Parts: sequence; C-alpha cells; structure tokens
Amino acid sequence: MTETSLKTPDSRKMVLNMGPQHPSTHGVLRLELELDGEIVTGVKPHIGYLHRCFEKYAESLDDYSKVVPYTDRLDYVAAMSQEFSYALAVEKLLEIEVPERVEYIRVIMAELQRIASHLLAVGTFGLDLGAFTPFLYCFTEREKILDIFEKASGARLLYNYICIGGLMKDVPSDFKSDTQNFVSTFRPKIKELNDLLTTNRIFINRTAHIGVLPAEVAINYAASGPVLRGSGVSWDIRRDDPYSIYDQLDFNIPIGQGEVGTVGDCWDRYIVRVLEMEESLKIIEQALEKMPEEGDVREKVPKRIKPPEGEVYVRTESPRGELGFYIISDKSPRPYRVKARAPSFVNLSLLPSISLGSMLGDLVAIVGSIDIVLGEVDR
Amino acid sequence: MTKTEEIFEYLKWRFEDANLVYHPANSGQPWIIISAPFIREISHFLRDDMELRFDSLMCLSGVHYPSEEMLGVTYHIHSTRYGYNLVLKVAVNVNDPLVPSVESIWKTADWHEREAWDMLGIKFEGHPNLTRILCPDDWEGFPLRKDYVQQDTYLGLETK
Repeated sequence: MTETSLKTPDSRKMVLNMGPQHPSTHGVLRLELELDGEIVTGVKPHIGYLHRCFEKYAESLDDYSKVVPYTDRLDYVAAMSQEFSYALAVEKLLEIEVPERVEYIRVIMAELQRIASHLLAVGTFGLDLGAFTPFLYCFTEREKILDIFEKASGARLLYNYICIGGLMKDVPSDFKSDTQNFVSTFRPKIKELNDLLTTNRIFINRTAHIGVLPAEVAINYAASGPVLRGSGVSWDIRRDDPYSIYDQLDFNIPIGQGEVGTVGDCWDRYIVRVLEMEESLKIIEQALEKMPEEGDVREKVPKRIKPPEGEVYVRTESPRGELGFYIISDKSPRPYRVKARAPSFVNLSLLPSISLGSMLGDLVAIVGSIDIVLGEVDR
Repeated sequence: MTKTEEIFEYLKWRFEDANLVYHPANSGQPWIIISAPFIREISHFLRDDMELRFDSLMCLSGVHYPSEEMLGVTYHIHSTRYGYNLVLKVAVNVNDPLVPSVESIWKTADWHEREAWDMLGIKFEGHPNLTRILCPDDWEGFPLRKDYVQQDTYLGLETK
C-alpha cells in the first residue's frame, strides 16, 4: 500500500488508528487502517515506539559479554532464547566449544522458555478473542517455569544466565527434580487447555478461515517459526540447520493442516504452538535423562574476549521463529557490528498481505496469531 | 570446493561484467562480492534458477566502513528446497549510496531495506516506500553510521 492511497479522500472510506495504546495490539504497535464499513481495505503498521537502537548500544560496549543483558531485552518474554543465540554466535566467532553439561542445560532452558512463551502467546490470543479463563490457566503454568528460572538465575524475566562460553553458574541441586515435576504436571494441563480453547466452538468460529497465509507468500516473506509452520511448511532450524545438541534429540515438527478451516489460518498458527509445547516436553525429558550429572559449566574464555577478525551469521529457532545474529569482529574487544534479525519484525511485515479484506474484528485475531513482541520488532 | 565457491564459479561464468569476487572467511561462511548495480539481476537469477532456488532472504544488514568511506549491504539468503545458505555483499561510496532494491524479489527486503535506509542512509533504488521505519520521520542523521552525532533536541525535548 502506498502513502497516497491513504490520503485520497473517499467518502466511503474511513481512516482509523488502532494503537499504539490499544489493549489488543500486544504492545506499542500502531496500525493505520483504512476501512470500508467494517472491511479492512488498507493496513499500514507503524513501529518504532520501543526503538532503543540495540545495535548502536552493542557497538558502543567495550566487551562482547556486556551485550548479553541487552539481548535479554529484545524479546523480553523469551530472554533465554535470545541469550542462547547470541552466545552461540560469539562462540562460533571464537571457535570454542562449550562443555557437554552446558549444552544440555541450555537446551532445557531454551525449551522451557519456548513453553513459557507459547503459553503467553496462546493465553493472550484467547484473551483477544474474549476467552478470559484460558489466559489464567496459561499464566498459572507459566509461573511455574519462571520459578525454575528464578531459582537458577535469580531473575524472573531478564536472566543474564547463558553467557559466552557457558553459564553464569551451575543450576541448583533440585533443578532436575523441579523440571521433572513440571513436565509431569504440565502434560495433563495441555489437555485441559485443549478442552477449554482449542475445540471451543466460538474460538474456532473466530479463527478458522481467518487471515490465511499461503505457504509461498510465507516463504517469500521469510516468515519463520509457528507462523511459517502454520502454513504447512515443515521447516524448523532445530532440525534443518541444527545447532547445539538438537541433532541428538528426537522430536516432531508440527505443521498446520487446516483441520477446522484452511491451511495457514489463525487456528493453524495457534494449534502449532500448542503442539510444539508437547514436543518441547519431549525434548526436555530426553535432555534431562542424558544430561551429565557433574561437570564444569564454563569453558575457559579469556577475561577480555577478542575474537579474530571475521564475521558470522548464526540463527536459532526462538519461540517466534528464526532469530539471527550477524556479528562482525575487527579483532578489538568491541563488536564492530551486531545485527539482530528478529523473527517478530519479519513476521509482522506480512500483516498487510494477509489482512486485506477481513473484518475489523478479525484483524485483532490476525495480529494475535502472529504473536509479536514489540521489544524485538523495534529493538 | 565449498558450496559458495561452486556457486561463485557458476555465477562468474554467467555474469562477466558484475566483477564477482570470492572472499574466503576466517570464521563463519565465505561470501561473494558483487558490483552494486548488478545485485537485483543476480538476486533474480539466484531465486529463479532451477539448480539454486534461493527463495528466501534471511537477513539484510547495512554496515558502515568509515576508513574506506563505504557503506556495505550484506545479504544472507537461503534455499529452502536445497537447504543451503549463501552470503552476498555489495559496497557503495558513502557519498552516493545507491543500491538496487531487491524488494520485488524477496518481500523480506521491504522492511529490512527501510531499516538500512533509516539506520545507515543507504538508498535502495526501486523500493516502493523507502521511508524511515524505526526512527521518527523527521529524525536527523543515520544512527548506525560510525561518525553519527545525535541531535541535541527533538521536538523541543532534550535527547541526551
């Protein structure tokens, strides 16, 4: 959509601003809408309200390690995944490998984080459509994961736990039992969530056939994560471009199949998240079993990290999709360039292409189904 | 021979005028340097060629190289069909930073190019709506340039 089309006076069309303080926009996102009655004929997302120029910060810090807390604040509801990705990128630049025990703890943390993030996504998605109860169920469970994180790192949301070369400190002694406990109690809760929301008639009516994203459009936009898989594309970086120890673990990649509507609609994106939580539980169980009981959690990394000259692009599967870090080193302890390729940024950019012609009320469902976090969109 | 080298040989033979240079890497992946005016043509070829099928642009990043007075753009592309990655680079003079837009080839480039314009002032020719995306429309300067000086006030408010 072009600038001029919004300015052309047309007595039938109305321009409406949704956000930046609208409760269902999942953060400070402003959508400039053009409406013909209740039909959306134009969408123009305005972002940048949370822009902190993370990349400039990263370049101004005199140590690669100091960037880690800033990565937490990109996607602030999945901070572990961000740290994990950044640490992997710098480790690749340094050409070091971390101890085996660290790999397992990192994967467990990342998968717990995925569940926590998907619970938030699913809960708020229901909330957008008027289902208040599932939201409370989701948050109760998410809280248990945050407790595990808090015991390990001391923080509930912004952990600063995974660092370059390992972990800040070893997990507490009851970490294994706590996590096992969570896995066994959480599994029946997914069934409860399905009864409450997934098969709910009203919920299906609000999400099936809405905001259909065809697979080729998703690939052309480089959509990733549940947004891409919801369109029936079986693509997951954990399996297709494996990092850490994911190639030693057994898990499935759920994809959208259009069970209640069209492939790639809002319901498909939703169900992919629900099914992924079960897969994450499987991964956690396997990792807990294989994890070495004892071991060092920090690789010997020099106090002042000076990577050799070079550049890397490392991508991982964060809860929202492909999170990439493009880092250029010029041999100094200061990163020359850090670019964060945020999945939400890319996924949000396809919003106009899937929401034209839908009803205004359905646009809320579409935005919710993309599951954006503005901290990551704006960086 | 690495995958990038093979693709480089394949492209070199096809695009003789594009001054293709293969650059080996210390860590990470090697890259191919392309003369800026050819980037759209070559991207189009990379996407549509039956043996390559680079159908997705993972990341587009702008970089400032003040010592050479250059602005660079790095393209990380990926083929979902064959499952391999490729890194392309172009560089243009900082005083005349014109790079053809690849928005019509990979839609991801739409917002990424706007971001590179916003942050580094790289002009993407042929982009349908090259406006600032993260900073306000009337912001001064390009924050990610190494010689950037932040403006003192914005809308009458102190910025520092």
